[in-house]
Amino acid sequence: MPTVHFTDAAGATTTINANTGDSVMETAVRNGVTAIVAECGGSLSCATCHVFVAETDLPSLEPMGEMEDEMLYGTAVDREDNSRLSCQIRLCEDQELHVTTPETQV
Amino acid sequence: MDTATVPSRAGADAPEAGTATGLLIIGASQSGVQLAISLRALGYTEHITLLGDEDHRPYQRPALSKEFLQDKVGSESLIFRTNDYWIEHNITLIKGERIESVDSNTDGSGIARGTSGTTYPYQRLALTVGARPRHLEAPGAELDGVVYLRNADDALRLKELAPATTDVVVVGGGFIGLEAASSLAAMGKRVTVLEYGQRLVGRAVGTETSEYFLTEHRKRGLDIRIGARIEQILDDGDRTVGGVRLEDGSELTAQIVLVGIGVIPNTELGEALGLEINNGIVVDAGALASDGTTIVVGDVANMPNPVPGAPAGERIRLESVNNAIEHAKVAAYSLMGRSEEYAGIPWFWSNQADMKLQIAGLSTGFESTVIRRDPDKGKFTVLYYRGGRIIAADAVNAPLDFMAVKQALAAGKSIDPERAADPATMLKSLIA
Ligand SMILES: Cc1cc2nc3c(=O)[nH]c(=O)nc-3n(C[C@H](O)[C@H](O)[C@H](O)COP(=O)(O)OP(=O)(O)OC[C@H]3O[C@@H](n4cnc5c(N)ncnc54)[C@H](O)[C@@H]3O)c2cc1C
Ligand code: FES
Repeated sequence: MPTVHFTDAAGATTTINANTGDSVMETAVRNGVTAIVAECGGSLSCATCHVFVAETDLPSLEPMGEMEDEMLYGTAVDREDNSRLSCQIRLCEDQELHVTTPETQV
Repeated sequence: MDTATVPSRAGADAPEAGTATGLLIIGASQSGVQLAISLRALGYTEHITLLGDEDHRPYQRPALSKEFLQDKVGSESLIFRTNDYWIEHNITLIKGERIESVDSNTDGSGIARGTSGTTYPYQRLALTVGARPRHLEAPGAELDGVVYLRNADDALRLKELAPATTDVVVVGGGFIGLEAASSLAAMGKRVTVLEYGQRLVGRAVGTETSEYFLTEHRKRGLDIRIGARIEQILDDGDRTVGGVRLEDGSELTAQIVLVGIGVIPNTELGEALGLEINNGIVVDAGALASDGTTIVVGDVANMPNPVPGAPAGERIRLESVNNAIEHAKVAAYSLMGRSEEYAGIPWFWSNQADMKLQIAGLSTGFESTVIRRDPDKGKFTVLYYRGGRIIAADAVNAPLDFMAVKQALAAGKSIDPERAADPATMLKSLIA
């Protein structure tokens, strides 16, 4: 079972056991992690599902597409090198991921 | 015999029989769900009952015409929240129950009655009842195979019919029609779109964007007929669709006729409560209806235009996820006794084939446009101006343009029209 650790801007961490194949965004939203808004429900249209991925976990992710890259320029909190849109990260079996959520998404 | 379905419950236990729920939310979709969630985020402590007539856990609609129709996402991905979420937040979720009448008192409390016969006493009421598809009026419209696309059952029905279908006629060249047409074409169907007006998506975009989609969809193989009117839907002999006849006498084969000709707001309960109705249930800037107590949010609400600087007194009804969410947040403040006026830049998206449209702002009342094209990259943006200032943009495959305009509008700034046409110049650098 994949596991995602969400740390909010104030440093509090919520750990959620996810379903293989779900996105990090779905995992967060369905379980009430409010720091991820995801207005468009994963359609890559809103940039309100921004997360910072722990440097050590970055190599385990598929590289991002051009659209995601462009969308990341429109996040509410400025992007960093480890920024991703969490609706575009699909979880593999037994993957363990650490992400930090920005202070605001809108 | 009583044919009503038995409502099913999930989430937190309801209050004991006879005890009023704090807030009864009728309509468990984008607006109703957001209202419940926002209230809990604000610290609302009363019990909440979130009730809807659909037999599904509350889900998101946008994918119904796009990824879900094409089997790119499963039904689980559309669900808003786990059952645990509702339990933990003291929200009772009732599915499969339709409210047929409400009686309210002057203090805003009252009793709602469901078609199952159950009554639901409440202290406060919220109507998030949305809208329903406008029905096609043509001979044959009642045939099996004539479908609409508003809810999950509609999408499931469409998916059930799809395997045995080779030809589809889509009536209506608006967002839903074009999205579904693109999805069905991607599923290997021959699709004809009939648009009775003079251009595509006439209600929501300007002529340049309409032209762009017409050209691009035709290039991708959709047969689009502008100005085409249906005279009759043809019966293949056993009460199912066999095709359509147009007013010009031509006939098209079809096993599915998908109708997307707009929606009608569900104002009936509002009317029964004596609320003011005018293209939706009329609300003030705090999402309160004319009785001063009933909360009304989302597709069903007719509200003051939320765009900062909009002409005073201008009213609007919006049909979008963004509006449902932002409007619900304002309503949650109202219920908490705080008055926050709804203000924001509306935005919208629509995915059609490989074209990703994002709209920022409202283009109604524009005086001029500036077009940015980057055909090599498949990018196309129309910027709308009024009084020399930007008011909206339609951006296709151009998220940077979309976000620059959204940012400019949110900051009350404009974008220099003289330089905006050059696709090599970043719009963001022109915000002033
Ligand atoms: C196929 C499709 C694709 C879309 N795509 C997009 C998109 O890409 N982007 C975007 O921004 N928007 C999109 N939308 C629009 C968006 O989904 C709506 O604006 C949004 O769902 C409105 O939410 P609502 O809760 O106000 O109303 P609704 O979603 O209509 O929900 C109202 C609910 O109330 C229930 N109800 C009504 N009357 C009663 C009653 N008397 N008793 C009990 N229950 C009742 C209804 O059955 C329904 O479940 C799309 C809509 C559809 C249908
Ligand atoms: S949920 Fe909208 S871009 Fe990720």
